[in-house]
Amino acid sequence: MEQIYKAPPECQTKFTFGSGRDFLRAKVSDLSFRYNPEDRRVLNKVSLPVFDKKITALIGPSGCGKTTLLRCFNRMHDLYNATSYEGDIVLYPEGKNILSSEIDPMEVRMRIGMVFQKPNPFPKTIYENVAYGLKVRGIKKKSFIDEKIEKSLVQAGLWSEVKDRLQAQATALSGGQQQRLCIARALATDPQILLLDEPTSALDPISTAHIEELIVEIKDDVTIVIVTHNLHQAARCADYTSFMYMGDLIEYGPSEQIFTKPQDKRTENYITGRFG
Amino acid sequence: MADLTAFTSADHPVRKWRKVKDKIIESILFLAALSSVFVTIGIIYILVSESLPFFQHVSFKEFVTEKEWTPMFSEAKFGILPLVVGTFMATLIALTVAIPLGTITAAYLSEYVKPNVREMLKPILEMLAAVPSVVYGYFALLFVTPILQKFLPELGGFSVLSAGIVMGIMIIPYISSLSEDAMRSVPTHLREASAALGSSKFQTTFRVVFPSAFSGISSAYILGISRALGETMVVAIAAGMQPNLSLNPLEPASTITAYIVQVSLGDLPHGSIGFQSIYVAGLTLLIMTLIFNVLGMWIKVRFQEKE
Ligand SMILES: Nc1ncnc2c1ncn2[C@@H]1O[C@H](COP(=O)(O)OP(=O)(O)O)[C@@H](O)[C@H]1O
Ligand SMILES: [Mg+2]
Repeated sequence: MEQIYKAPPECQTKFTFGSGRDFLRAKVSDLSFRYNPEDRRVLNKVSLPVFDKKITALIGPSGCGKTTLLRCFNRMHDLYNATSYEGDIVLYPEGKNILSSEIDPMEVRMRIGMVFQKPNPFPKTIYENVAYGLKVRGIKKKSFIDEKIEKSLVQAGLWSEVKDRLQAQATALSGGQQQRLCIARALATDPQILLLDEPTSALDPISTAHIEELIVEIKDDVTIVIVTHNLHQAARCADYTSFMYMGDLIEYGPSEQIFTKPQDKRTENYITGRFG
Repeated sequence: MADLTAFTSADHPVRKWRKVKDKIIESILFLAALSSVFVTIGIIYILVSESLPFFQHVSFKEFVTEKEWTPMFSEAKFGILPLVVGTFMATLIALTVAIPLGTITAAYLSEYVKPNVREMLKPILEMLAAVPSVVYGYFALLFVTPILQKFLPELGGFSVLSAGIVMGIMIIPYISSLSEDAMRSVPTHLREASAALGSSKFQTTFRVVFPSAFSGISSAYILGISRALGETMVVAIAAGMQPNLSLNPLEPASTITAYIVQVSLGDLPHGSIGFQSIYVAGLTLLIMTLIFNVLGMWIKVRFQEKE
């Protein structure tokens, strides 16, 4: 019962693209997506690697499909009818295409956590929020849950602020604290990949800085894919960055390269603020 | 069009008329609000003033401790307990049926069903509430009781069980409709948060949506309880109108409301003790309903504080 889907310490598959030093955690190939069969494709044959224990940022102008791409990773779109995927997202080391119809979306979400744009804690206590993911996995042992809660709240940099009031309502926390609670809630389930959709866009600069720091810290434990509007944030935190434009993935590479020597004119225009 | 080039002085006729208009509207709204308060006060006044003479004949002690209610007998006994217990039994059985079924129905309509199917199912469900309660009474007597008798051979023709079950079916739409509204107003982002943590739809529905909507759902339950306490025809027809101090649901019984119609149908002279007993019974029911509402309100406030 106590088993949690743990990320293995090392991923076995070596990736041949890019720097060659990093291990591959997931690989997106020719991914296309539609919200509705009649609508145009919101993603057009997007391909990119996601490296283990690294931060991959998705940037691009509003409406280019960043959120849509991110929500493919945990099959969030399956909650709604009429959506359709083409292409693969292969998760390593299992080497399984998690978009395949044979895979249960619930099992994907058990392995891949998500933090949303707007903090969305449950109207429950702080304790119950972090324990939620463990409880839906059938874990009942209190000592195990307590330990996990402390560890993930420490990781999310919230422990010192809430350790004396774990039974307080989560909705009474400030926006920044709520978002860190949401990060702790996702971390408690030991996700193999953590998806973050503009996690700081609704927060003040101090909370934003706080969350950026903690994202860089937790990447030692978990692979991160982050959507961000804030180019400085991507440049500061991300190891790899991909630039999207109107549903296409225009350019992917180490962040340094994307921000200093972009290969594509559109990337250059975007990062220099000429559009978007 | 008003002249917008200059501000008017305080005694300008336009300003005066504006003030008068505001006052008139305010008074009308006040009177409308007041009228319902007056009606309530009026009802309480009548119930109390008609009940007082009753207690000149019957001591309050007899009223609450006597175990029989037989106002029509030559040796009349006035113990309210059989009616109170009958009312509670019928309500309890009704809620045992209506709360689980109503809640599950609400969860199904709010969380599982596609919108077009929901729009089809809801009017059908609401029809349950539109059926006159006399019809439910005969449904209990002529349809449900015979079925129950197949499983419970000792069951007589009149029973609290049968009346309570049918009353429960009758109040399902009251509970399901309000509960569904409460569940549907739970924001989508909470459902997504739950799903993203690996929950099944069932877990999301009962661990996140249900508790988040509980303050609305508890209002639905309170309404259901009030409906069950006040329901008359079903019990009058199917439960046998025999005041009976018993906790056995297989036996016939009467409730406060059933007693009131029973006596009102006869022609008792105004001022007789039998006539006064209707008002006493009504007052008792009013107090019971009031206690439940206050209790429900208290529970609701407790839950809202936690949010
Ligand atoms: N639920 C939806 N149904 C239909 N179209 C959608 C939906 N969500 C987003 N879109 C469309 O998909 C495109 C990409 O949106 P999104 O992924 O949210 O962009 P971004 O996160 O980069 O701002 C937009 O054109 C948007 O209008
Ligand atoms: Mg977005």
